[in-house]
Amino acid sequence: MNPLSAFASGLVFGIGLLLSGMSDPGKVIGFLDLAGAWDPSLAFVMAGAILVGFFAFRLAGRRGQAFLGGAMHLPERRDLDRRLVAGALVFGIGWGLAGFCPGPAITALGAGYGKALVFVLAMLAGMAAYTLAERWRAARTAHLTT
Amino acid sequence: MSIDFAHFTPWASLAGGVLIGTAAAMLVLLNGRIAGISGILGALFVPRSGEVLWRVAFLAGLLVAPALWHLAGGTVLARIEAGYGTLVVAGLLVGLGTSYGSGCTSGHGVCGLSRLSPRSLVATAAFMLSGFATVYVARHLLA
Repeated sequence: MNPLSAFASGLVFGIGLLLSGMSDPGKVIGFLDLAGAWDPSLAFVMAGAILVGFFAFRLAGRRGQAFLGGAMHLPERRDLDRRLVAGALVFGIGWGLAGFCPGPAITALGAGYGKALVFVLAMLAGMAAYTLAERWRAARTAHLTT
Repeated sequence: MSIDFAHFTPWASLAGGVLIGTAAAMLVLLNGRIAGISGILGALFVPRSGEVLWRVAFLAGLLVAPALWHLAGGTVLARIEAGYGTLVVAGLLVGLGTSYGSGCTSGHGVCGLSRLSPRSLVATAAFMLSGFATVYVARHLLA
C-alpha cells in the first residue's frame, strides 16, 4: 500500500482540522456547551466533510479495488451491540472533559503543545489496555472451549 | 441557549470540513482505507505485515500539518483548559472508548455517516450526547 498517498491524506486531514478550528479544544468545548454561549461551527465541519465524503464513499463502494491497487477495505458490520454504544458513550465523556478527540490531539501534539502529549500518551495507554484485555479474553475463551 | 457569534466561524469551518472530507476521500479511493484516526492508531498495537507503514505515514502527515500551516501563514491555536489530571483521565477514556466503540469522530462521525452506516449513526449520536452531557455537568453543575 502506498505510504505517500497515506501521508498526503494525513497532511490534508490535519490542515482541515486546523482551518476548521477543530484542533482547538476551546472551540470544541464551545460547541459541546449547549447551555452556555453556543458556537455551532463544528456542525459546519461535519457538514463540509460529509458533503465530500458521501460521494467519495459511494464511488468507493462501487469499486472492488483502490485506485492505487489493493483491496477496498470497507466495514461490513451493520449490527448494533452493547460494546459499540458503551464505547461511544465513554469516548464522549473523555471528549467533553478535555475537548480533544484523537485526530486533533495528534495535530496539537505536532504543534508542540505539551498538554497534548499528556493526553495522547494517556490515550495510547487506554488503547494498549484494550489490546491486553482483548488478548486475555481471547485466551480465556480458547481455554474454556477446549 | 444563545449563539456565540464572536467565535462562530461558519465559512472556515465548512472549508476545513471539506478538506477533512477530501482527505478521507483520498485515503479510501487511493488506498482503500477508512480515515478513522483511532482505528489507524489502535491497530498499531497489533502490528501485521503491510499494515504498519501506511498507518505511520498517515499519522506523520497529521503531525507535520501544523508546521506546514504555520509556514503558509496560518495561526495554530489550541486552548487546552483542562489540567494534567483531567487530561490523563480524558485520554484514557478516549483510548478505551474508541477501541470498544470501534471509532471516533473521524471514523464514525465523518466516514461512517458519509457511508450511511447504522452503526456509525448510533455511535455518533452516543458520543455527541455524552459529550454534551459531560460539558453540561463540568461547566454548569460542578463549576
